[in-house]
Amino acid sequence: MNLHEYQSKQLFAEYGLPVSKGKAVDTAEDAVKAAEELGGSRWVCKVQVHAGGRGKAGGVKVVDSLDEVRGFAERWVDQRLVTIQTDEDGQPVSKIFVEECTDIEKELYLGAVIDRSSRRVVVMASTEGGVEIEKVAEETPEKILRAVIDPYVGAQPYQGTELGYQLGLTPGQVREFSSIFVNLMNLFHECDCSLVEINPLVVNTEGHVHCLDAKINVDSNSLYRQGSIRDMNDPSQEDPRESEADGYGLNYVALDGSIGCMVNGAGLAMGTMDLVKLHGGNPANFLDVGGAASKETVAEAFKIILSDENVRAVLINIFGGIVSCATIAEGIIAAVTEVGVEVPVVVRFEGNNAVVGSKILADSGLNIVAATSLVDAAEKAVQAAGDSQ
Amino acid sequence: MSILVNKNTRVICQGFTGGQGTLHSEQAIAYGTQMVGGVSPGKGGTSHLDKPVFNTVREAVDETGANASVIYVPAAFCRDSILEAMDAGIELIVCITEGIPTLDMLKVKARLDLTSQRLIGPNCPGVITPGECKIGIMPGDIHLPGRVGVVSRSGTLTYEAVKQTTDKGFGQSSCVGIGGDPIPGSHFIDILEEFEKDSETEAIVMVGEIGGTAEEEAAEFIKSNVTKPIVGYIAGVTAPPGKRMGHAGAIIAGGKGTAAEKFASLESAGVKTVESLADIGDALAEITGW
Repeated sequence: MNLHEYQSKQLFAEYGLPVSKGKAVDTAEDAVKAAEELGGSRWVCKVQVHAGGRGKAGGVKVVDSLDEVRGFAERWVDQRLVTIQTDEDGQPVSKIFVEECTDIEKELYLGAVIDRSSRRVVVMASTEGGVEIEKVAEETPEKILRAVIDPYVGAQPYQGTELGYQLGLTPGQVREFSSIFVNLMNLFHECDCSLVEINPLVVNTEGHVHCLDAKINVDSNSLYRQGSIRDMNDPSQEDPRESEADGYGLNYVALDGSIGCMVNGAGLAMGTMDLVKLHGGNPANFLDVGGAASKETVAEAFKIILSDENVRAVLINIFGGIVSCATIAEGIIAAVTEVGVEVPVVVRFEGNNAVVGSKILADSGLNIVAATSLVDAAEKAVQAAGDSQ
Repeated sequence: MSILVNKNTRVICQGFTGGQGTLHSEQAIAYGTQMVGGVSPGKGGTSHLDKPVFNTVREAVDETGANASVIYVPAAFCRDSILEAMDAGIELIVCITEGIPTLDMLKVKARLDLTSQRLIGPNCPGVITPGECKIGIMPGDIHLPGRVGVVSRSGTLTYEAVKQTTDKGFGQSSCVGIGGDPIPGSHFIDILEEFEKDSETEAIVMVGEIGGTAEEEAAEFIKSNVTKPIVGYIAGVTAPPGKRMGHAGAIIAGGKGTAAEKFASLESAGVKTVESLADIGDALAEITGW
């Protein structure tokens, strides 16, 4: 789960990390009010979306007057921001964040991820702040400094001190940096983060180390014990079909093809999409109905797939392990009868109750194409969608 | 021989009296697995499925001599259950549960690295040696005792690979689902090493997917450590970057973890790769001459 910058900064403040004063608002009037309350004569206005590259896309602006604050907010409230990280429709602007302006002397980078290969939380710091860190890692890997966190001992101040000196900071700044490092790691562990990033972490003109941006991703599997973070979820930033699917315990990811896919198991769902592509078609989605699929969830899955108007055929590929093909067959019939499916449906059943499931479908009198194998299923679906490019 | 489990493996179930524990223990018993009891705190002293129930794993081990445990408890309690099994001296722990927080697994894995105990999973179908011992949720009847070792990050893709090797009459020595999480208890390398040592395993099927670098690391390992023929398949060629594809670990992050990179690594290690998951059986026949 991703947090907005303003939410991340709330958490930063709770963990004693230095952030600017700011306020997230929904209207131009409130934006002006926020700027007045903050005082001063310069502010930074930032649109809040779940995507990077906001600055280059015009979603971040330093302003010198209340009129400009109003102008920025009027420009962006209820609009969408397109950045290099979004699709062509962009992300809806959730809020406008008005913040005190910071004068920058030096831009640094500080971030942490769970490194799968070393199975540790790894902290990365760099003198190359304010730019894409992936690019720095690729072009000048020597400029990425690392510290590995012991899962039982936790982050230690000396690790922050080492990094601080390597970054070329003054002794006073190193003390500040080390405290930021330890506090950030406490936040990482206590909030079950999968990624935190401060890009840039700056040295301001007063010589203090300060968090100018804040990005946090939280491990979705931990939300059961992170109630206050779960409440920060902003569904407006997700594809509405993905949120809806999530509510039914289905895993759905929208793609841009024409063959809707319903599969049990995440690996097989990907494998089925790949097979469709290999046979000349294009998958419209990834959908894993999961091991606990019921008649109702299958019917919901069908509705979600068909809500994509690009779908010209549906391919159902079920290898019954826990889930019974008979259950899936009943779900298909319920959905087809209830929502009225206009496009061809190709079904391949294997494993648990495959024969019974196929018989239920054959006896239903519905227009469902039975496939005899994986390849047969892919070919029939591609043919049905008229997709053989 | 076989790997990890055989007819002598003595298995207990943690979460024995719950819905999942009951359903899959029943099936395991029907398959012939030596289930020797289960653990459900508070229900010790009773019996379930005609097997004794214990309050703690330690008690179960003392009373039954169990050397393997399968875990079906909810995700929130899995860290505790896995560590309990480790501290009770269980040699093979199989955790089926999906949805364990990654930082919990980080702690478990750090402890695991200090022992010779093995954890399979979490978020996996389990382990089976056909005809001898089934630990997990896989359908037993698609398996056939035989000579192919199967290792996979995905449940249903494992079943596809198993079915194809059964249909061809090759059968399986053992099948291991290492699970779809970012921090699994065992990696491809751990299982490949076991298959290489196992005299009954004559060829290996390895099924990977996008996300992480486990396949690339396996490829490096294969180059100097595995002599048996391997067929490799990677799911997720069509997966868009930055999107989590069902499994917590299946995500292309920062441009890394793509199927193309993984296919290339495996090929450079001499693995016979297939683009279509339907071709696994045929490719095995081709490289083994069976």
